[in-house]
Amino acid sequence: MTAIEEQGTSLWRDAWIKLCKNYLALLGLAIILLLCLVSLLTPWIAPYGYEEQNLLLGATPPSAAHWLGTDIFGRDMLTRIMYGGRVSLTVGFIATAVALVIGVLWGAIAGFVGGRVDAVMMRIVDIMYALPFMIFIVLLMVVFGRNILLLFLAIGAVEWLTMARIVRGQVMNLRKQEFVEAAYSLGLSQWTIIRRHIIPNTLGPVIVYTTLTIPSVMLLEAFLSFLGLGIQPPQSSWGLLINYGVETMEEYPWLLIFPGVTLSLTLFALNFLGDGLRDALDPRTSKDQ
Amino acid sequence: MLRFAFYRLLQAIPVLLIVISLTFFLVHSAPGGPFSADKAVPPEVIKALEAQYNLDQPLWQQYVSYLGDIVQGDFGPSFKYPGRNVSELIAAGLPATAELAFYAMLVALVIGVSAGVAAAMRPNTAQDYIPMSAAMIGICMPSFLLGPLLVLIFGIHLEWLPVSGWGDMPGDKILPAITLGTGYAAYIARLSRGGMLEVLSQDYIRTARAKGLSEPLVIAKHALRGGLIPVVAFLGPAFAGLLGGSFVVETIFQIPGLGRFYVQAAFNRDYTMILGTTVFFATLIIVFNLLSDMLAIWLNPKLRQQAQGKS
Amino acid sequence: MALLEVEGLKVYFHTRNGVVKAVDDVSFSVDCGETLAIVGESGSGKSVTCYSLLDLLPKPPARIEGGTALFDGEDLLTCDSTRMRHFRGNDIAVIFQDPMTSLNPFISIGEQLIEPLIYHPDPARKQSRETARKRAIELLDEVGIIDPKSRVDCYPHEFSGGMRQRVMIAMALINEPRLLICDEPTTALDVTIQAQILTLIKKLQETRDVAVIFISHDLGVVAGIADKVLVMCEGTIREAGDTDTIFYHSQNDYTQKLLAAIPEGAKQLPNRAQPDNVLVEVTNLKTHFTDYNKPSNQDNVIRAVDGVSLSIQRGEISGLVGESGSGKSTLGRSILQLAPTTAGQVTFDGTSLTGLNAKQLVPWRRKMQMIFQDPYASLNPRMTVYQTLAEPLLYHGLANRKTIDQQVRQLMDDVGLVHSQLRKYPHEFSGGQRQRIAIGRAIATKPELIIADEPVSALDVTIQAQVLDLILDLVERHNLTMLFISHDLSVVRYISDRVMVMNRGVIIEQGDTEALWADPQQAYTKQLLKAIPLADPRMERVRLADAQADV
Repeated sequence: MTAIEEQGTSLWRDAWIKLCKNYLALLGLAIILLLCLVSLLTPWIAPYGYEEQNLLLGATPPSAAHWLGTDIFGRDMLTRIMYGGRVSLTVGFIATAVALVIGVLWGAIAGFVGGRVDAVMMRIVDIMYALPFMIFIVLLMVVFGRNILLLFLAIGAVEWLTMARIVRGQVMNLRKQEFVEAAYSLGLSQWTIIRRHIIPNTLGPVIVYTTLTIPSVMLLEAFLSFLGLGIQPPQSSWGLLINYGVETMEEYPWLLIFPGVTLSLTLFALNFLGDGLRDALDPRTSKDQ
Repeated sequence: MLRFAFYRLLQAIPVLLIVISLTFFLVHSAPGGPFSADKAVPPEVIKALEAQYNLDQPLWQQYVSYLGDIVQGDFGPSFKYPGRNVSELIAAGLPATAELAFYAMLVALVIGVSAGVAAAMRPNTAQDYIPMSAAMIGICMPSFLLGPLLVLIFGIHLEWLPVSGWGDMPGDKILPAITLGTGYAAYIARLSRGGMLEVLSQDYIRTARAKGLSEPLVIAKHALRGGLIPVVAFLGPAFAGLLGGSFVVETIFQIPGLGRFYVQAAFNRDYTMILGTTVFFATLIIVFNLLSDMLAIWLNPKLRQQAQGKS
Repeated sequence: MALLEVEGLKVYFHTRNGVVKAVDDVSFSVDCGETLAIVGESGSGKSVTCYSLLDLLPKPPARIEGGTALFDGEDLLTCDSTRMRHFRGNDIAVIFQDPMTSLNPFISIGEQLIEPLIYHPDPARKQSRETARKRAIELLDEVGIIDPKSRVDCYPHEFSGGMRQRVMIAMALINEPRLLICDEPTTALDVTIQAQILTLIKKLQETRDVAVIFISHDLGVVAGIADKVLVMCEGTIREAGDTDTIFYHSQNDYTQKLLAAIPEGAKQLPNRAQPDNVLVEVTNLKTHFTDYNKPSNQDNVIRAVDGVSLSIQRGEISGLVGESGSGKSTLGRSILQLAPTTAGQVTFDGTSLTGLNAKQLVPWRRKMQMIFQDPYASLNPRMTVYQTLAEPLLYHGLANRKTIDQQVRQLMDDVGLVHSQLRKYPHEFSGGQRQRIAIGRAIATKPELIIADEPVSALDVTIQAQVLDLILDLVERHNLTMLFISHDLSVVRYISDRVMVMNRGVIIEQGDTEALWADPQQAYTKQLLKAIPLADPRMERVRLADAQADV
């Protein structure tokens, strides 16, 4: 009776193996982890203090003392970018979390209840899609001042729409699947079905879309900060640094290039990771192989 | 189709009303009046100003009269440009913004669609990887970074193209259009690649090939229409995005367009200007969403017939 | 010399997981006016063989590794793409399997029909739009499209599946090809429509002297129309010969296995029904759905089940047959309270189920289980076999931590799976094995009633036979009562004691299986029974001739 049991490969493991073969995605993951680590440790590892100025020094190109140069106040660019990254990444993660919570709940309820409730909920999403959100966010920032909390809420409120659509589609699709019907016919309770059969199968697309939402949120924050409508001094973010860099780019191009490269690199990393996750988690590529 | 369009247009009216009301009450609930920023203005003067702009009336009354004015195309006077009203300012800024958006859309569509279709025709080859890597760069290079970099390279360093203005010097429209269009070109390239790959894997493409049609004909006649429906549906949102992007691009290149006015109005707390442009933008965006929706429906015979009321 | 001579054809797929020899050293020939059937199960390489002739395979991963295919003396495998266009749609035309997806939904069928004419690579045979259109209308008329003049401008979605396949046939014939490749042309169609399409192809071939390659997984379909048969398995030819030899004097094990797997004749096991012991009683059941895609001012109610009464006796196997859209699946789900019923009563073992809420239903759910059609969709892809089988046992308290291991292993034995696979996931199993797991889950709670909804229609014929035998064996061993839903009349006859025929939401006829087969009362039932292809060439030719005479 004690035949050797072969250990199966779960879809999660399968996806991980596929992801490990995608070097670009892995590189993206590594960059993001590194950025998160650096941001966490910034107050301890930053080469200079955040407020430290050296007006006598002024703007200098990269050197051994200041790897990424200094700005017109003689502040160390590397330090500025590290502190800016804390804000940019925080906005990215928290606003995405807001979008995630609203979107998943909204989509899951619409998809699971179905029928008329679903029709009404999705109609609301359709209508909100048609609203000019970018303009609304600008308006909010103008009217209520540049409040970072409000920024989270405003960006989160825009980005949840697509998440709701994705989750709803996935749940609708799952509900029609025969294994969910089989779970019903076994008499499992709603909650058990959701926990054991719906959630594990919805997780993949949600992870993928979350990964892809972070860069678009960061972009939105940078956009607003660039216009002067987002993060305000003395706080700093990459968008704001780019804004300052543009003003002096003719004389001191490194003030534009370094924050710009950092932002682009982060967006790259997140997008590559997102694309890689999408390929790895796509059930179509693992079925029947 | 016309009746359907009319029906959809009717549906847009409540959306528009929501937008107008939301904007109106948001702006009017802003802390501090429009003239509080100005220092040392005697209270009598503020009173007189408020009376001039009807700000002394109850809010709901202002709301109703504002709605009435909007229907007639009158967005009220500007707070910051005395003697000019918002409609005039919009009319002054619109041509440049519209032209910029048009060129940017052209750049986005031409580059995006051709790159996407080319990539989809030979997936997982250099013909796929090169344009798609370029698209990834385009997506990760926001306009407020790309614009200054282009200026730095082509304007300042190489001195090939003018770095600012609109219609003042030959070629001064090239950089703004590219700056605004690139991100959308990248996105459209990805969309059309995905759409084309989906369609090219369909059975009916195999049928078309089995009929002896040449490969260009298979692509042009059988694949493009289905493959580009996602792109068409994206045109509405893309247009909304272009308007938003014009804020940045018009600021960078100092183009006297609506976007720049809007950003200035936001900084100056010119409330009637903000209110007016927001309503104007919203209307435009809603109309363009409607158009791109209807175009996508019209391209699909099944949906078209449903819209026409045939079963 | 034959019209088409294929010699030593090899097509390999170069995938990430290694080389798959899809077609390995295949040779055959077809002559004008002759019909060659290529028969095989999924993965046998039968379709790949034909697609490689017209260069229709995706390359990569496919690669032609060797062989020649001489059509009229010219090698199809080495000609360039310009030359290939002279064959495609002109000398050689194809009819594909699924008419629902093989026509372009964005282009009117008239335009799709005339394309081979107006874009003809040979300038001498190229035609103007007007003449091409006239030809298209003539052909539509010939393949049996009513009112072709106005239908020619319609789009594919305005046609039913059978009608679309007629359009596909017209399209294939428009350039008067010399070789027609039919790739499972009737597999996606209902049995009555299948019969119509088969007679149509047969008739058209007789009037045109065209050579036909007919690809099918179904020996029954092939029996009446083929002159020669090629049996393929795993990329190689197992047996080739004229039809009668293959069917009556096959020398090959695999062919014999295929023939033996066709469910034929009546059920071999005794009827175990206990008269007067009714387990399920359904009275005037209605299940209606609202179609939210349609505006509410139109009639947007779908009457899937529209007033059904039936009773199932304990120990009985009842068959429920019907074509697609007849409401048979919805009826099965309604009995199990998986679809919300609109009106009527379902009584199980004397208790009415229709009034119960989800909680009250739980103890009853244990006693009635379902087996589904699609072995890919019916198992949660993220749960191991062990988890899938243990879930019902633990949930209903039929096992505790100590006994669960033993019980799951017992279930694996019951459905014929080895214990070493307990920790594997569904995607690591074949379709037949997955269906066994699903059956194991259904019998885990020791139910009294099992509703099997097309449990074998997604499986290859040899696997189908094994799973049918497993089901019969389990019914007997566990004293089950079964409602067996299927579109396949031969399968239903093979397995059930009693048959109910369903059409448009109602049961139009029912009776003991053999009695109903011998003497059907309703016209629809007669039509259904007459449409079944027989895996016996002599009888099938007679049946087809009769059918042709009827038209």
